[in-house]
Amino acid sequence: MSTANPAGFVSSRRWLLWSGIIALCAWVLVPIYLVALGALGGRQGVYQWPKTGLPMGISLDPFLLFLRTEGVTQSFFNSLGAAGITVALSILLGAPAGYALARYNFRGKDSYRLLVLLTRAFPLAILALPLTVSYIRLGLYDTIIGVGLIHTVLALPFAALVTQGIFLGVPRELEEAAWVFGCTRIQAFFKVVAPLALPGIVATAVFAFVISWNEVFAASVLTVRNRTLTAYLLTVLSESPMHYRFAGGLLLILPSVIFIFAVRRYLFAIWGISSK
Amino acid sequence: MANIVIDRIRKNFGSFQALKEISLTINDGEFVSLLGPSGCGKTTLLRIIAGLESATSGDVRIGEKSVIGLPPKDRGLAMVFQNYAVFPHMTVYENVAFGLRMQKVDDARVKKQVEKAAGLLHIEPYLDRYPNKLSGGQRQRVAVARALAVEPKVLLMDEPLSNLDALLRLEMRTELKTVLQSAGTTTIYVTHDQTEAMGLSDRIAVMHNGVVEQVGSPVDVYNHPATRFVGGFIGNPPMNFIKVPVENGRVAAGVQQLVVPDGSASEIVLGLRGEAVELANLPEGMEMKVRVAEPMGSHLLLTGSIHDQPVRVILPASETVRSGDVIGLKLDRNRITWLSPESGKSYPAAAA
Repeated sequence: MSTANPAGFVSSRRWLLWSGIIALCAWVLVPIYLVALGALGGRQGVYQWPKTGLPMGISLDPFLLFLRTEGVTQSFFNSLGAAGITVALSILLGAPAGYALARYNFRGKDSYRLLVLLTRAFPLAILALPLTVSYIRLGLYDTIIGVGLIHTVLALPFAALVTQGIFLGVPRELEEAAWVFGCTRIQAFFKVVAPLALPGIVATAVFAFVISWNEVFAASVLTVRNRTLTAYLLTVLSESPMHYRFAGGLLLILPSVIFIFAVRRYLFAIWGISSK
Repeated sequence: MANIVIDRIRKNFGSFQALKEISLTINDGEFVSLLGPSGCGKTTLLRIIAGLESATSGDVRIGEKSVIGLPPKDRGLAMVFQNYAVFPHMTVYENVAFGLRMQKVDDARVKKQVEKAAGLLHIEPYLDRYPNKLSGGQRQRVAVARALAVEPKVLLMDEPLSNLDALLRLEMRTELKTVLQSAGTTTIYVTHDQTEAMGLSDRIAVMHNGVVEQVGSPVDVYNHPATRFVGGFIGNPPMNFIKVPVENGRVAAGVQQLVVPDGSASEIVLGLRGEAVELANLPEGMEMKVRVAEPMGSHLLLTGSIHDQPVRVILPASETVRSGDVIGLKLDRNRITWLSPESGKSYPAAAA
């Protein structure tokens, strides 16, 4: 048994690899599949027993019916709006911070980096009451801008630290070459650094989007009528029939999955796998 | 075209003195190499000239105009980087045109200049390609073409050949020399490779620990090193340094009586190029114990000792010397450098 058997070793390695891949895929895909099944199967599909796990009686109608329910489309667009604000602000504020962290040496750089992360150390639950009070005073309560702002706070540390890694990946010499050949620092940034960092910045934007899209606590606390989709579904679905809940779940999952799939190539860039 | 004056430049990184009051003048159209081992400050000096690094104190003048405090783009120079720094998101054409585009040159002239630079470096076939489709040597050509296309007053090169393999390096070296000779640009070339510096330069500035040890023509620096460091750094094999006793102002090398510049010293260091010797019979010649004899084809390399100090000498390939032999050497007295054992500095050539 203990003697080396290269062929056996290779085949068991392969077996491990494939079983790992299958397990991971199943981990992600099976829940999505079941949710989709529940959403598209209609009332019968959900309450049918015993479950077959096979797609039977599938149609888009239950899902479309759900979409026409009052408040769903509105909250869907609210979510898009809040996510859009989050993406825009966390890139506009986070990318310059990341660039500064990557390119400049300044006093307190390490503490700054730690401080950026520390903003995530306070649970939102603790901040909820003071936040609500301040939002009411500022007139931001129950507005999409307000939700976008608080989501930006959640996404910003992440954006700053990830873009730092991206800018570190752009060779300094390229920027210096741009300076030597006639660029100011700002021109060099837009002509050389930004195009090369773009894939990573897009990936950061998608993560910011997902963070905002999935966030439910702050959105529930800070809005009453202008709810985002997650907050809306949280309040409405507990009183809805089962297949509506599944349809809501699917509507929540789909945009993130589609976005991540669309930019999957760029996502690798942030881990430094991208080729130079 | 412009001359460059480096005036008492100092650079400290914290408490570390990277450059200690460097002064150097480079004439209009001259090719000067900054040569030294890694960490000697040569790249730092180049980056200060380029404006990519600020000096702690001192002045740099390009064409009589101080450029301290000016951003790189306003210094009228071009640079070739060690890692090429070719923009990966632009075609070769756009890379070469980059500097001209920034100067808002009109399209017709950009095209003319790019084609001229591309022609000089034989990269016309790749103008439409992206750099990631090019080999290291081709990228290097693009980087040089980009620098030449703007017709700079001053060209700075930071170890441009060090990332190429040996064969390509030799080829590019010859080609660089051809291209730069016709351009007549004032050039500063940083390298740690003494053969590159010897082959390309009008003058070499040898740097060591943040100090310029010697500035001179390649032949000068080779034959009359100002310090022990320079003699040891330049030449392959490096210069031999043999500490010998002085009697009545002379050093005895077999029957040869060599007059030393400082007769009062009791000891002196004899700096001897490996090839500045001839084989001689033993009582007349200086005694050398040969430890290893290596016939190299073009010459015979002997490693051994004189006065129990390690030496390497080169004899014509026609001589027959075997490992373990004891031989005599006649020294070429015109090619001896005398150095002080205390300071490591050489005595002026005229006094020898």
